[in-house]
Amino acid sequence: MKKAELVIVGGGPAGLSCAIEAARLGAKVLVIDENERPGGQLFKQIHKFFGSREHQAGVRGIDIGTKLLEETAILGIEVWLNSEVVGISKDKHIWVVKDGKTSLKVEADKIVLSTGAIENSLNFPGWTLPGVMGAGAAQTMINIHRVTPGDRVLMIGSGNVGVIVSYQLLQAGAEVAAIIEAAPRLGGYGVHTAKVRRAGVPFYISHTIKRALGTDRVEGAEIVALDAKWQPIPGSEFILDVDTICVATGLTPLAELAWTLGCCFQFVPSLGGFVPDHDQYMETTVPGIYVAGDIAGVEEASTAMEEGRLAGISAAAALGYLSGEERERRCGEVWDRLNSLRSGPYGEGRRKAKELILSTEGGIACDRAI
Amino acid sequence: MARVLNHIILGAFPERRKVTITVDGVPMEAFEGEMIAAALWAHGKKDLRYTKKHNHPRGIYCGIGRCTDCVMIVDGIPNVRTCKTPVKDGMVIETQKGLGEWKGGTGHEES
Repeated sequence: MKKAELVIVGGGPAGLSCAIEAARLGAKVLVIDENERPGGQLFKQIHKFFGSREHQAGVRGIDIGTKLLEETAILGIEVWLNSEVVGISKDKHIWVVKDGKTSLKVEADKIVLSTGAIENSLNFPGWTLPGVMGAGAAQTMINIHRVTPGDRVLMIGSGNVGVIVSYQLLQAGAEVAAIIEAAPRLGGYGVHTAKVRRAGVPFYISHTIKRALGTDRVEGAEIVALDAKWQPIPGSEFILDVDTICVATGLTPLAELAWTLGCCFQFVPSLGGFVPDHDQYMETTVPGIYVAGDIAGVEEASTAMEEGRLAGISAAAALGYLSGEERERRCGEVWDRLNSLRSGPYGEGRRKAKELILSTEGGIACDRAI
Repeated sequence: MARVLNHIILGAFPERRKVTITVDGVPMEAFEGEMIAAALWAHGKKDLRYTKKHNHPRGIYCGIGRCTDCVMIVDGIPNVRTCKTPVKDGMVIETQKGLGEWKGGTGHEES
């Protein structure tokens, strides 16, 4: 058995930012991550981030990840890699399988869940064929593993993930046959969308996939146009010659640990579905359990890092490393930055959704829901 | 599928030791430390397992160890997530049929 003041589950942008913030304030931090290296999805983000300079605009995700790892090392933060958290009890006993072979228990005073999100899938005939994969999976393959998923790719979904991964597929030498979007308008930031369009990739709005062709692997995709009521228009079908189909249809918070802990949830479609209810200090309805990043509502790495800082400040204060006044001051600074990140045509909806979570008491408790 | 040897942002393919793994009885060249699924994909092998009920092929789906679509038998142990298991020299990898068969292993230690 091991004791730890603050255990952070998930060492992505939110978890590492939280660890750095709390460790700077004096807390003894343990980060547990199931992957062989920390950083979450940052190391596949080879594009430059948006925002203002204080949000590291113009810096590539990989470089932000490297910086976070350097700070983590300088502060001497303990990081367990290849270690999976299997369960957490309400009294904050954490069951960890370390290195895939050792089962052990960690007793924590405070816990931050920064477990991220998982890509949504899309059910269509042929969706299980080898060659159909999440857009994030394709991004991992090209930017981390340095293998293209295929030669000709269909991208489903024109949101930021869809257009950014499409561009990165081009950079890796694959061809993107088309980006299809079921909605009547495109979903991604203009800058990313325009880059893909300038590269000659055709976009089809109000179109969806009817089926994937092939028996052992993807050999094509049948596309169909949708009418104003999102119904397929008979006779509008056409075949795209592709060997890979990428699905970029949003993400869902990875909140299993929060469910099993008995946290209350709220259903917020614009943040990815069921989100653990939390206050402005990122604390859930179970005292001493905090959330940060995509688990607290799917947004971006930049907001995840700020939420991580909030959780780190709050947990450190709860552990006695900060006065209540000092906590207010520091959290206030982070909130100012969060509010500016959550502004403009793309951020405003997320700001309102987050405000709804903060202003609503309780929500759906898992012991009542199940 | 091809290896991305020169990348406009990431630069040259990282130097890694070439090793030999065995895939369904056939020797295959791979790089030490790369993910098994990526090595197989680079060689054009996309059917990593076949499902129990319908014998349908599965490949890489989520790529980050969540979905278990890419599980294979690695050194006799079934249900190994090949998207997050690094290649080691001499690894014996088999396409998994159904749930596979446990052929040994060390169990776990309690502490």
